[in-house]
Amino acid sequence: MTSVPSAPGPAKVVLTRVVLNQADIDRALTRIAHEILEANKGSQDLVLLGIPRRGYPLAVRLAAKIAAADPTVDAAAIVGQLDVTMFRDDLSHQPTRPPYPTQLPRTGIDNKVVVLIDDVLYSGRTIRAALDALIDLGRPRIVRLAVLIDRGHRELPIRADHVGKNLPTSSAEKVRVRLEETDSVDGAPVNEVVIEATA
Amino acid sequence: MKHLLSTEDLSLANAVRILDTAEEMAAVGEREVKKLPALRGRTVVNLFFEDSTRTRISFEAAAKRLSADVINFAAKGSSVSKGESLKDTAQTLAAMGADAVVIRHWASGAPHRLAATDWIDAAVINAGDGTHEHPTQALLDAFTMRRHWSKLAGTPSAGADLKGMRVAIAGDVLHSRVARSNVWLLRTLGAEVTLVAPPTLLPIGVEKWPCAVSFDLDETLAQGVDAMMMLRVQGERMNASFFPTTREYSRRWGFDDNRLRALDTLGLKDTIIMHPGPMNRGLEISAAAADSPRSTVLAQVRNGVSIRMAALYLLLSGDTREPATTVTASAAASHAANPNLTYSHQESH
Repeated sequence: MTSVPSAPGPAKVVLTRVVLNQADIDRALTRIAHEILEANKGSQDLVLLGIPRRGYPLAVRLAAKIAAADPTVDAAAIVGQLDVTMFRDDLSHQPTRPPYPTQLPRTGIDNKVVVLIDDVLYSGRTIRAALDALIDLGRPRIVRLAVLIDRGHRELPIRADHVGKNLPTSSAEKVRVRLEETDSVDGAPVNEVVIEATA
Repeated sequence: MKHLLSTEDLSLANAVRILDTAEEMAAVGEREVKKLPALRGRTVVNLFFEDSTRTRISFEAAAKRLSADVINFAAKGSSVSKGESLKDTAQTLAAMGADAVVIRHWASGAPHRLAATDWIDAAVINAGDGTHEHPTQALLDAFTMRRHWSKLAGTPSAGADLKGMRVAIAGDVLHSRVARSNVWLLRTLGAEVTLVAPPTLLPIGVEKWPCAVSFDLDETLAQGVDAMMMLRVQGERMNASFFPTTREYSRRWGFDDNRLRALDTLGLKDTIIMHPGPMNRGLEISAAAADSPRSTVLAQVRNGVSIRMAALYLLLSGDTREPATTVTASAAASHAANPNLTYSHQESH
């Protein structure tokens, strides 16, 4: 049996660099929350839809910040989750993905200003799927996009309206967003964005 | 998962995964646009060698809601009646490019044969084979029970099993593939199953099944039951005298009005009455019981579409070049932990 020099499987992570820590994420979200309010000229008709998994906790955080800036807003009433699994264009090229629940705010999305929220904007294909999923659920007046990280390498004509941080990356690198709602490192809660360079 | 052939070798993780996925599929049924593009361009063949309405329509609705193309094949009026073999039929379908075959056959084991041979390179879903198994029926029954059970407990049904639920299955167990599939699946999900039937309608070897056996329906009810499932008396398979008269059967093993009232006097206010359909009203279930608020008959039909959507999605959506797994990170682990997943197709290459 001969040894294979680069066996397929998870590539080895050779370098990890933290690009946003907890305070950086918090500051970016505070700014995005105010940008959303500014672009919408207030909180009227706002609906924040997070894309699972990490878009949803970000949406919840943003809703809390919007509620803090505008006391008339009930944070829980404007936030929801939009699952895009069934609308992806790579379903037959990926291992089976289990769908996540889609939960809309009680007011629905018809004639609302829907802000889609995701952690990383990369090829734009997730957002393409999200737009399709959204159309099947109703007809929003305006759809905007807010992301924590925009790392470039778009494959579709899609751009974000609100960006936490523009992060020029090589496509060989991996951007990992870790949030305490979804991730932990050795059992401890973690809030950070790291770039992993792989060999 | 490559095929869905039986519930006997379905692991707890996979069973819960199908039920959880069905939970999301059920939400689609309540939307304005009841369609998902997940299986666009895939072809599902309904291969029915035995009569069926609800199962075939349910599979057809499920496939269509996922945007798959559906081809219906009924043995009656096809080349099968000219003597074509299962092998030739399968190879014909393979040549037409079927991605999944939903098969109902009067011979126990026909779906296994289709899955184990290289006649056709498609996912095989057992929609009932002889007196062997009917896995999607058992899954939709479990789904109905799980919704009821977690509603009682006030917990979300996603991820839950049926630990502690007492289920009685009464009627023609001998001929019932539904009973067999349910016994295996409910055991896996942690429910306590009691089979109630006249001794003539119990199969040989039932004492080795992971369930209790009773000959007295009233006694079983008195011990407390959370879900009462009545099985259809299969007239077409009654080729011997299994019970003296239908009237005696209905009195002793049917769920009649007296037993419906007994549920209230016994204090079993949350017990549901289930039936896989089609019902013989007045024989194994009275009209009052079938139409009572306890009856889940229509909910079962509704949930059937969700379960079949989940099964089709999980079998067809993954990377067809590799064994499908839950999450990439745990791919190796889940592969090792679920040896009962059927990978026969991939491994044969």
